[in-house]
Amino acid sequence: MSPELILFLVLSLVAIAAAIGMLISPNPVYSALFLVINFSTVAVFYLILGAPFIAMAQITIYAGAIMVLFLFVIMLLGAEKLAPGKVLPYQKPLAIGLAIVLMVESVYAVLARNPSDAEIIVPTEAANSIDAMRDLGIMLFSDYLLPFEVTSILLLVAMIGAIVLTKRAKGEQE
Amino acid sequence: MLLEYLAIAVLIVLATVVALIAIGLGGLFGPKKKTVNKSMPYESGMMPIGPGTRRMPVRYYLIGVLFILFDIEVVFFLPWAIVFRQLGWFGLIEMVVFVAILLVGYVYAWKKGALEWE
Repeated sequence: MSPELILFLVLSLVAIAAAIGMLISPNPVYSALFLVINFSTVAVFYLILGAPFIAMAQITIYAGAIMVLFLFVIMLLGAEKLAPGKVLPYQKPLAIGLAIVLMVESVYAVLARNPSDAEIIVPTEAANSIDAMRDLGIMLFSDYLLPFEVTSILLLVAMIGAIVLTKRAKGEQE
Repeated sequence: MLLEYLAIAVLIVLATVVALIAIGLGGLFGPKKKTVNKSMPYESGMMPIGPGTRRMPVRYYLIGVLFILFDIEVVFFLPWAIVFRQLGWFGLIEMVVFVAILLVGYVYAWKKGALEWE
């Protein structure tokens, strides 16, 4: 077994364990922290697949900023003190049904893959180097220039929306 | 091909080990005499007020959102910095436009007092 395969197997166990821990943890704050472990292991998967930029973004944005926001929202709502067991009656059968649909679809997608025309793309040495990021940069700032600039509008809207929703006007009482 | 990231793995392991040693040695050799005051949650030397899991003010959420947005902005700087010389003036103008739009949001946040802690 190659070291990459061993690393993948160990980390996939950690990722699955963290995901299960996130689901069954009674305290939403612990769930969020399990999700941080999951995000971190997924970041290493991206490294194994030869995508260092995605791995970096996964750590800084998902495991970093988004989890900070998740934790703030959980503590903001006081969700960690919600009484357990308050679920809608149809929630469990619905969840089981949707999970079965997802499983069937995943298995079908793997089995139905025609091995001749859909070879798994194995990342090469070059894909894992700085060249990949250079290609990404060139594409992003030439062909995908408009989506890139529109992203800044999106960020601006999100920023103004958050301020409008949470900021009290001066002199307004709590 | 993952070997180039070995340094990061070594750093993570070292940081964990050093932290464990620091806690472990303290637990091993430090005297353990529990008193009521010592068992209290530590709140920077103040008497603890209320439960530890009380609801946070919405201001933290605003700070969190602003943090995410500027974090995403910074992530875009990385591929840009790598191809900066290839892109030349065009690339610089692109990034100036990007940052200028976000600066509008920054100025708005500033003027609205969103960066102040009332």
